[in-house]
This record gives sequence, structure tokens and C-alpha cells, in this order.
Amino acid sequence: MFNLFLLQLLNGAQFGILLFLVAAGLTLVFGIMDFINLAHGVLYMVGAYLMATFAGMTGNYWLGLMLALPATLIFGLVLEFLVFRRLYDRSHLDQVLATFGLILMLSEGVRILWGSAPLNVEMPELLSGSVPLAGPLKYPVYRIAVIAAGLASAVGLWALINHTRAGMLLRAGASNRPMVAALGVDISRLFMLVFAGGAMLAGFAGAIVAPILSVDPGMGESILILTFVVIVIGGVGSIRGAFLAAILVGVVDTVGRTFGPIWLRMVMDPSAAAQTGRMLAPMLVYLLMAAVLFYSPTGLFGRRGAK
Amino acid sequence: MSRFAPQIAPRLKAALAILVLMALVPVAAHAIGDPFLSVIANRMLVFAIAALSLDLILGYGAMVSFGHAAYLGFGAYAVALGARWGVTDLLAQILLGMVFSAAFALVTGAISLRTRGVYFIMITLAFAQMAYFFFVSQGSLGGDDGVALQGRSTLLGLSLDGDVTLYYVTLGALALVYAGLYRLTGSRFGRVLKGTRENSLRMQAMGYRPFPYQLVAYVIAGCLCSVAGVLLANLTEYVSPAYMGWHRSGEMIVMLVFGGIGTLTGAMAGALVAVGLEEVLAAFSEHWRLGFGLALVLVVLFSPEGLTGLAKRLGIGGKHG
Repeated sequence: MFNLFLLQLLNGAQFGILLFLVAAGLTLVFGIMDFINLAHGVLYMVGAYLMATFAGMTGNYWLGLMLALPATLIFGLVLEFLVFRRLYDRSHLDQVLATFGLILMLSEGVRILWGSAPLNVEMPELLSGSVPLAGPLKYPVYRIAVIAAGLASAVGLWALINHTRAGMLLRAGASNRPMVAALGVDISRLFMLVFAGGAMLAGFAGAIVAPILSVDPGMGESILILTFVVIVIGGVGSIRGAFLAAILVGVVDTVGRTFGPIWLRMVMDPSAAAQTGRMLAPMLVYLLMAAVLFYSPTGLFGRRGAK
Repeated sequence: MSRFAPQIAPRLKAALAILVLMALVPVAAHAIGDPFLSVIANRMLVFAIAALSLDLILGYGAMVSFGHAAYLGFGAYAVALGARWGVTDLLAQILLGMVFSAAFALVTGAISLRTRGVYFIMITLAFAQMAYFFFVSQGSLGGDDGVALQGRSTLLGLSLDGDVTLYYVTLGALALVYAGLYRLTGSRFGRVLKGTRENSLRMQAMGYRPFPYQLVAYVIAGCLCSVAGVLLANLTEYVSPAYMGWHRSGEMIVMLVFGGIGTLTGAMAGALVAVGLEEVLAAFSEHWRLGFGLALVLVVLFSPEGLTGLAKRLGIGGKHG
């Protein structure tokens, strides 16, 4: 039982790390520009598809990753240049409409280009084994690598934001954009950098998850909504909040699905426990979100009095 | 005529014209021998009810809810559950759907309305998704696949099995919802709501607390949308979680904006046109979403005030619905 719990905890952490990679860029976009971007999940999906294409073409995982990352970055920049930069000063409703249109368009485009059938990406040989974990239990190396890569990105991001000049401007922009612009900082260029970085992180998440999950056109949408939950819990604009909330949501979701019915069995009969567990498990993260909002409407690390 | 004769607002006239025109559709469909036409038109009417209900919160209350399709689902599941419990009367099922919707809207609305802007959009989306997953996990209701209904509901003993009967019942419901919202948005309640939309701070200075007004509007909008859900389930004789997916919520916003936001006639006309257009495009190509999405992006980008501005320039939008 303990082994199973440990296993699910690790799976949850790995899922949380992925959520963090997608949420990191998005929360900054929301925080600094007060811009609601529904199409961020598309970047995650595009990252996975580009990874599948390049890895398939070169026959090498690492080469595929090296090609997919800059390609996603460029894709994000093109989107920013063509669409997003025209939307910053618009109402939230216009932003919702345009980015919703973008989702419809890009999802359908992916379907036309790659078809609706899920694609697979081969795991690199170096990371394809598993390591023994407490007793007879083994854990796949690849998932550990995903956790490590995500943690490394988080540390890098933390250093970037807290210890560089660009990071300082970014933090300043998040708390008071007009003031930073008045001080002579080119806020739109700063934002382009944030957006490009966020796009690459989301694409990176899609690329590294490709060998574990199948790559399909719906993947961007299912993660997008959980990303919103993460951002709402963590507080818009807060990287630290996004990190903690992502791990929390990943663990609660994964552990809840396995252990919900098991724990419920202690208080009710098995069939009722199984049914209630199945019903509650997918709702857990949303209930968590509701509870956090009830306690603090701007999330765990949101600014007080913010929008 | 006497100058004391009641003036009918031009917008109300337009709404009446639309309703009369829609009332002629089954006749026309019968004349040209294409019964499918009135099924499509019925679908248009159902979504016109949904768009009207969304207009109350989005147009008049400036609350951008991205989870309105949840209430469509509550209405649809009220039909499936009602039929299972032996309740087949349409009015009873509408009542059941309203009870579900009111309960959900009251709780989630009270939490969501504590927030503003991007938070509100994301939270309403997340709550709708929660409701979606709730119904996906209900194995006894068909889970992900949904459940086919045994038959349509009855209205005070009248069977709705005939497509034409259902059509006129839907049209009647649309007219009632329109009339109700017309009265509501013109009432003191509606004015407080609009005042809050324009300037929340001033309304507060005048002694109004926006929260209860917004919450009541949120609950009413949910309840009215569930009526559309009840009728949609009857139309398709099928209920599935797909009715409350978040794409549907997005499409409902598009419909509303299509016709001009914050005007009831516009909301109704927008839904009719958007659903009709969707049917035409879908028949034209299976990849219609590509063109639809592109058109949406282009219109928002290149019409200075977005679709709303375009509608205003075309004279569809206005001050009072």
C-alpha cells in the first residue's frame, strides 16, 4: 500500500511538473498584460506534434527535441506577431473570442496536417529502463527524467526572474505596468520575450510528455483547463504560486483517482465507495480551487486588490 | 392614430418579425417537402433561448462567463433523469432543470463573483468543466457516451413526438423567455445591472451593492439556459456530456457577439444566424472549423471594436433591447 502511494505520489509530481511548465508562461502573460489567452494549450500540443514529426524524421529523440524546441519558439513568436500583440488593449471579451477562434483554427489545422489518429514517439534508449524503488517496486527512468527536467526549468526560471535585470523588469511589470513603461522600458518587447519563453516552455512540456502519452489533437485542451485551475489557485502572475499549485493539483488529481475509493471504503461499503470515488476523483481539483478561492479570491500568492 | 397610442420600440418590432418569420418555417418546410429544415430551425430556436439567457449576464451584467453550456447540460440531464423517475411532463422537467441550475449557479456564482476579469472567465470555465466531469463519471447515465431517451416528453398530456408540435412549443418558449427578459432588463433590477456594468463604483456610491444583483442575474441566466437544455434533449432525443463541453460555451459567446451584445433582439438574431451558418458550413466541409476560427480571429482583429463594433456599425447593436 505504501509502495502504491509512493508510486502515485511520483506520478502526481511528474504531472504537476508538466502543468507547471505550461502554466509558467501563461501566468506571466495574464499577470503582466492582463491578457486572457485560451490558445496557450495549443502551443503544448504543437510542441508534441513537432516533436513527433522531427523525432520520426531524424529517427533520434535528442535531435527531435533539439529541432522541436526552436520550432515551437518560432511558432509562438509568429502567433504573437500576427495575432496577440493586436489584442493587448482590447476587452477581455475580444481576447476570449479571438483566442477561441485561434484554438478552433489550429486544432483543425493539426487534424488536417497530421490526422486525428494518435501518434507515438519512441523513448530514447538511454532513458527507457526503470530503477528499483523501495522493495520490489520499480519506477521508469523516463518519468524521473521528466521530473528532473521540470525541476531544472523551475530553478532556471527562478534564477532568471529573481537575479537578472530582465527578471527584475518583469516583476516590476507584473505589479505596475504603466509605471514601468513610464520609466522608459519597452514593455511590448519585454512582453514578446515573456511570451516566447512561455511558448517554448509549453512546447517543451508537450515534447517531453510525447513518449509517455499519445499525441492527439485534444491534448492541448485537456491540459489548458487544468492550467487555468493551477493559475487561479496560485494567483495570477506568480511563478512561485504556479509552481506550488501545479504540484498540488498534479498530486491531488493523481492520488485522488487511485486512493479516493480506497479511503472512502473505510467509511462506506465497497460498492458505494467505488462509485462515490469515481464521481469525486475528477472533481477534486475543482473543489480544491473553489476552497482556495473561498478563502482568498486572488489565489494563494495573488496580489491583494488585484482585478 | 392618436398620439397617445403606445409606441412599440423598433427593436421589439424586429423581434416580433423574427418570431413570426420563424413561425412560418414548418409551413415552408412542408411546402418544399424538406422536413429536415424545421429540425435545423428548431435547433436555431433552442440556441436562441440559450443566447438570450447568456446575454443577461454577459451583455447586461458584463460578466464574461465561459461556462454557460453547463446549464444546457443540466436541462438535458433533467430530461433523462426525469424520464427515469417517471416524470415525463415538460414543465416538470423544466422545473427540475431549473432546480439543478439554480443550486449550481448559486454556489459557483457566489464564489466566482468574488473575482473579476480574467479570474472570472477562468473560474466559470473550470466550474463548468467540473459539472462536465461529474456527468462523464455517471456510469448509470451512459458516462462519456451519453444516453438515448426512450421518447420525448409530454406537455400537459400533449405528446411532443411530432416535430412540428415540438417546434411550436420551442417557439413559444423562446417568445416567453424574450418577453420575460425584455421586462426584466427594463425593470429597476435590469437598470441596476446595467449601471453596474457601466460603472460599478458609482453604483456603489449610490448605495447599491452589486453582488446580490449580479448573483440573482447569474442564477436567472442559468435557469433560463436550462430550459434550452430541456428542449435540446427533446429535439435530439439524446443526452450526453458533450452538450456542456467548453467548446459549446465558447460557441454560445460567439453567437451572442454575432448579433450584438447587450441587446435581446441581437442575441436572438445572432444565435439564429450562427447556428444556421454552422449547419451550412458543416455540410460544406468537415474542416469548417478552420474557416470559422479564421473568420473569428480576423473579425476581432480588424474590426476596431471587435465584433461588437461591427454589429453596431451595421446598426444591429444599440442601447436598449
